[in-house]
Amino acid sequence: MASLEQFRSEARQWLEKHAPASLVGTGRGPFEGYWGGKKNTETRSDVMKWLEVCVERGWTAPMWPTEFGGGGLSRDEAEVLAGEMERLQLPPPLVGFGLAMIGPTLLDFGSQAQKREHLMRIARGEVRWCQGYSEPGAGSDLASLSTKATDCGDAFIINGQKVWTSHADKSDWIFSLVRTNTEGKKQEGITFILIDMETPGVSVRPIELISGASPFCEVFFEDVKVPKCNVVSEVHKGWTVAKALLGYERSVIGRAMGSQMSDAEDQLIACARRHLDDATGALSDPYMRHEIAKVGMDEQCFALTLNRIQQARKGGRAPGPESSVVKLFGSRLKQRWWELSAQIAGAQALGWDGPGFEEEDLNMTRAWLRSRGNTIEGGTSEIQLNIVAKRVLGLP
Amino acid sequence: MQLILDETQRLLETTVEEFVAQKAPLSRIRTFREAQNQTGYCSTLWKEMAEMGWVGLHFPETFGGSGLGFFEFSLLLQVVGRKLMPEPFFSTVVLGAQVLLEAGSSEQKSAWLPEIALGNKTMTLAYDEPKARYNHLHVTTEANKTDKGFVLNGLKTHVLDGGSADGIIVSARLEGGTKDPEGIGLFLLEPKMAGVKITNQNRVDGRKSVLLELRSLELPHENLIGEAGAGGVVLNRVMDKARIALSAEMLGGANQAFETTIDYLKERTQFGVPIGSFQALQHRAAELFTQLQVTKSALLAAAKCVDEAPENIAEMASLVKAKCSDVFVLATNEGVQMHGGVGMTDEYDIGLYMKRARATDALLGDASFHRERWATLRGY
Repeated sequence: MASLEQFRSEARQWLEKHAPASLVGTGRGPFEGYWGGKKNTETRSDVMKWLEVCVERGWTAPMWPTEFGGGGLSRDEAEVLAGEMERLQLPPPLVGFGLAMIGPTLLDFGSQAQKREHLMRIARGEVRWCQGYSEPGAGSDLASLSTKATDCGDAFIINGQKVWTSHADKSDWIFSLVRTNTEGKKQEGITFILIDMETPGVSVRPIELISGASPFCEVFFEDVKVPKCNVVSEVHKGWTVAKALLGYERSVIGRAMGSQMSDAEDQLIACARRHLDDATGALSDPYMRHEIAKVGMDEQCFALTLNRIQQARKGGRAPGPESSVVKLFGSRLKQRWWELSAQIAGAQALGWDGPGFEEEDLNMTRAWLRSRGNTIEGGTSEIQLNIVAKRVLGLP
Repeated sequence: MQLILDETQRLLETTVEEFVAQKAPLSRIRTFREAQNQTGYCSTLWKEMAEMGWVGLHFPETFGGSGLGFFEFSLLLQVVGRKLMPEPFFSTVVLGAQVLLEAGSSEQKSAWLPEIALGNKTMTLAYDEPKARYNHLHVTTEANKTDKGFVLNGLKTHVLDGGSADGIIVSARLEGGTKDPEGIGLFLLEPKMAGVKITNQNRVDGRKSVLLELRSLELPHENLIGEAGAGGVVLNRVMDKARIALSAEMLGGANQAFETTIDYLKERTQFGVPIGSFQALQHRAAELFTQLQVTKSALLAAAKCVDEAPENIAEMASLVKAKCSDVFVLATNEGVQMHGGVGMTDEYDIGLYMKRARATDALLGDASFHRERWATLRGY
C-alpha cells in the first residue's frame, strides 16, 4: 500500500508538470477525447502535446506491457492514475476501440507478430480501429453472419457487408468476423480477422439515423484480399475471440454510461425549471416530481452498482455476466431520462433546427431520439435478458 | 466507500446463515401465527442469538454490545429477512434500543441495553397513531406536566411486539399542534403500569402488534428520555436508521422469494419441459434480478453511510426504502404469479413473503412517500 501511495504522489507530480494547463478541467468522461488515426483532423496543439507526453510515458495504455507501448502498470496503479487524472478533470490523452477492444483482445489471443505490428501503433494513436460484427442478416443472431472468406493459399478473399460499424469512415483498420465454413454449427465456421481498410475493395457509406447524422456506417467488401497472418487465434475459432471482445465492449459501454449518467437528475431539474414555470422551490407538477425522483434514485443505484462491480473486479477478474445487468439497466435509464426530458419540455421538445427553440432543447430532442438506440446497440435488451436468464440464473 | 464485504464480514454472514438455516425453518411462521399467545417468536432462539452476540451486535461494548458497525448489523438483518424471522430485532433493537442509544441518559442505557443484549429484556417504540400515515411527527397523544412528573393520555396503533415487550417507549405531545416537530417527548413505560391498556391486533403477515391506550398514565420524571420537547429530532434520526435496517430485512426477503421462485421455475414441468425454459418467464426473472442487484448496491451504501457518513442518512434512507419497497412487492407479486395455482395456497412459502412485503412496504413510508421526500431533500 505504501508503494501505491508513492505511485500516487509520482503520478500527481508528473501530471501537474506535463498535462497542458488548457486541458485541465475539460475532461468529460472516458470516451470524450482524441481518437487518433491517419484520417484525424485534430489540430489543437494542446491535445497533440498531451498525447505526445502520455505516449512517451506509456500512459495512453497504462496497463499494457511496456514493450507494446503501454505503461506496465498494475490494475491498482492504473486506477490510481485514473483517479489522479479525474481529480484534474483531464480528458484521456487517447480514446477508441483500439485501446478499449482490439488491444486487450490481441493481448489475450493475438500472435507475437500481431501484437508487435498493432499494439504500439494503437498506443501511439497512429491507427484508428472499428468493429466489423453486425450484418444486415446478422443482428441479435450474430453467429449467422455470412460475409464470406474464401481460402486462396496464403490469403483469404473476402466478400460481403457489415453494418452499424461505428466510425468506419474515420478508421484505418477493421477487426471483423467472417465466415470460413458454411457447414456444421454456425458458431464453428467463424474467423476473427484484421483488415486494413486501405485494401482495394473496401468501401464505406455513412448511415443517417432518426436523430440525424450518426457515427454509424455500412462497410462493403468486394474481393478484398487479406493475408492469413491477420487471423486472430485460429481459423474457424473466431467466435471465442468475438465473445471475449464483447465482454470488453459491454464493460466499456457500462463505464461510458456511468460517466454520462452522473447528472441526469440535475439536468432534469434544470429542464423542469426552464419549462414548468417553477423557478424555485418544489415543482408544482407532482407527477413530474415523482418521475424525476425515480430517475434520480435509479441514477444513484446505477452509479453505486458500477462502483461495486469495479471494487469486486479489482482482483483482476475478467468482466462477467454482471456486466449484462449494467448494460440493461443503464441503457434503459438513459432512455427514461431523455423521454422524461422531452415530456417535461412539451412542445419545445419538437424542434429540429432553426429559430424558436433553445439550443439545449434542440440537443435534447436529438438525444431523446438517439437514446432509443441504446437498448438495441451492443446487444439488445432482450438479448441481455437472455444472457442473464441463462448464464446467471441457470434457467434451461 | 467500501461496498464489498471483507473477510470478517463474510465470515459473520456465513455464520449467521448457517445458524439460521439450522435453527429457524420457515415452517415456524405458521406455528407462531396459529399460537394464541402474544409473543409470536421463539424466546429460546432469541436468547441463543443474544449469546452469539448478535442482538447487541452494534451496541457499544460498554453497554454489553459487540461494538460492530451498523453495516455488519445490516448483514445480519438480511439473513433474518430471508427466513422471515419474527424474533424482535426490529422492535427491540432497531426501534427501542435505538432511541436509548440516541437520547437515553447513562442510567437508562445501563438499565436496559445490557439486558437487551443478553436477551433478557425486549422493547418497542409506540409512535404510530390513527391518521398519522407515515408521519412520525404526527403526535396527538398528550403528556401533561405535573409536580411528580407527567400524565399521558392517548391512543397508539401498530405497536410492534407490544404484547411481549418489557418496555415501551411512547411519543407524546407536551406542546404544539398535531404535526409540530417541536414539543414532542419520549417516555418509557412498562405494560403492567396502571393506565396502560393493551389490545392485540391480528396482522396479515402473522406478526404481533397491539393497540396501546393510555388513560391518565402517571410517569415520574426519570421516565422521560432525552429533553422534554426534543423528541422529534430523536425520532427523525431513529426512523432513518430504522428505514435502512428494515430495508436490509426486506432485501433479504426479496432475494429469498426470488430464489424460491427460480427453483420452482426449474422444477415445475408443463408441456413436457421445465416452465423456466419459456422466454416469457425468463425475461421477467432477469428483470427482477436486475432490480435486486441495483437495490443491493443502494442497501450496501445506505448501511455504510450510517457508520461513515451520517450526514447523508436522510437521502440514503429514502433511496433504499423506496427501492426495497418496490423490489420486495415486485419479487413477491411475480413470485406468486410464476408459481401459478400453488402460489395461492398457504402450503407454499411464496405467499408468506408476499404478505410480509405488503406489511414492510406500509411501514416507515412506502415508495411513493420516499420519492416525495427525496425530491424535497434535493430541493425540488
